[in-house]
Amino acid sequence: MQSMSIPLQYPDSPAVQPALVELLDVIKVYSTAAGEFPALKGINVQIGKSEFVGIIGKSGAGKSTLLNMITGVDHLTSGEVIVRADGSPVSIHKMKEDEIASWRGQHLGIVYQSFQLLPMLTLVENIMLPMDLCGKFSPKGSRARALELLRLVEIEGHADKLPSQISGGQQQRVAIARALANDPPILVADEPTGSLDSVTSEHIFEVFEHLVSEQGKTIVMVTHDETLAPRFTRTLEILDGELMPMNRAGDGTGRRLVYEHTPGLA
Amino acid sequence: MNTPRASRKPVVELAQHGMSSPEAMIDMHGIVKTFKSAAGEVTVLKGIDLTIYRGEFVSLVGKSGSGKSTLLNMITGIDHPTQGRMVIGGTDIYTSVTESQRSRWRGRNLGIVFQFFQLLPMLTLLENVMLSMDFAEMYDFEERPERAMALLKLVGLEAFANKLPALVSTGQQQLAAIARALACDPPLLVADEPTGNLDSKSANAIIDLFEELARAGKTVLMVTHDPSLTSRTTRNLTIADGWIVGDSRKENDDRSLPESEATGADSTSGANVPPAMEGIASHWDASQTPGERLPHNERGRL
Repeated sequence: MQSMSIPLQYPDSPAVQPALVELLDVIKVYSTAAGEFPALKGINVQIGKSEFVGIIGKSGAGKSTLLNMITGVDHLTSGEVIVRADGSPVSIHKMKEDEIASWRGQHLGIVYQSFQLLPMLTLVENIMLPMDLCGKFSPKGSRARALELLRLVEIEGHADKLPSQISGGQQQRVAIARALANDPPILVADEPTGSLDSVTSEHIFEVFEHLVSEQGKTIVMVTHDETLAPRFTRTLEILDGELMPMNRAGDGTGRRLVYEHTPGLA
Repeated sequence: MNTPRASRKPVVELAQHGMSSPEAMIDMHGIVKTFKSAAGEVTVLKGIDLTIYRGEFVSLVGKSGSGKSTLLNMITGIDHPTQGRMVIGGTDIYTSVTESQRSRWRGRNLGIVFQFFQLLPMLTLLENVMLSMDFAEMYDFEERPERAMALLKLVGLEAFANKLPALVSTGQQQLAAIARALACDPPLLVADEPTGNLDSKSANAIIDLFEELARAGKTVLMVTHDPSLTSRTTRNLTIADGWIVGDSRKENDDRSLPESEATGADSTSGANVPPAMEGIASHWDASQTPGERLPHNERGRL
């Protein structure tokens, strides 16, 4: 499949911006005992700054695999993923493992369905961890920032508690705060509300919307919940490893893209 | 991520301690835990008295719902007892201690190994091991990558240091989790079903490592529901309905303890003071085989 490079343009911004995240002909094939399984069949997509993109698809459609290509958590079989987190293009799958780990720590925040907080550390310590690894903040500065992030997700009163002492929804708020620790421009979230009740899910979604509209973060979120589609600024639908030709622009809180077809697809 | 530099000094170094009598690592009295639920109150632990000594490798077995994980959570401070006293390494961990102070204590004195590893998926194995050093303030920032790499070498994972957890096997993930648990050189390791999610070969590798650590002076307490693993430990505790109902030690274990200290309704343990174990100041040597890597030390400091 030919890769295409379609610059993004927003209604309220005439300037053409290079994509923040760009996937070019991304193919992922898993080798299994039963033979080769193509999980992604040539994905071409661009994601711009301050987009809130929902990747929607059924179980096994390839949506989490697609997310793993963006984070570099899994290797692609062929193709390229370019991320311009600080303006300069970085082809993340061409980096060495230690380089990509360092890059990821500075430029990406990741939120998981199962929260992935360390159970033996307090909430504030969980948030400080990525900062200490990154070396961007002093120990004193990282604690102050962690408390500030807990305030942002409205859970500062529990700072010194362990994850087991708060609810699932509160744990996910902490996980979001941790993902923001190094102030990354991009957040990726894999079914972040998948293990939460509907009221709690709504609160988490509102946190994401706030981050896009008020802080200009770019969020790519995987979900199997189609009812969320109108809430995203853009929805990518994936089926059997391929993006559906038309995707829906949301009319939610963020800016709407001019075009409504998936870039790179006829 | 910085690449660990060549070692300027031994990364894993023993402190030298003398010891002439068995020393309690965990000493609990009257531990009660009651959970409140919509259906009423459920008392899961009904007044546990138990002493575990330094250098013991202890298995805690019991059926699902018997209270074994709850008891472990009382020891780690991840949950709090309703009543009772828990003294670990001489520290009463629930009296006049704030949650943040307890967290700091835990970081320095306790290594925890979970059934599902609890490695952070977005971090490499090396970074996961380094994390635990963050809050203990025992190692300089520059020293941490070097020490983390030495610990990965200890568990045979140095070649995978820069890989993410998803890219190694579950057995390797658990080995990395053990390396992380050892990050701050704690005298006590507690493990909740550490082999419960592993194939038998990987499980054996984990138990081999625990045996080595116990021989080196660490205290290891392992919750399991697998009776086949109890033959590998030096002491077996059985819990049922919130009580310790069995406590036995291996006949040939040289870490037997005074009768007055034996606990449990059906104790079959030997009751002799162990010979004083020599505190050996030794340096880490990566050229040694895995079985030779861990020096003996009764204080459990590597």
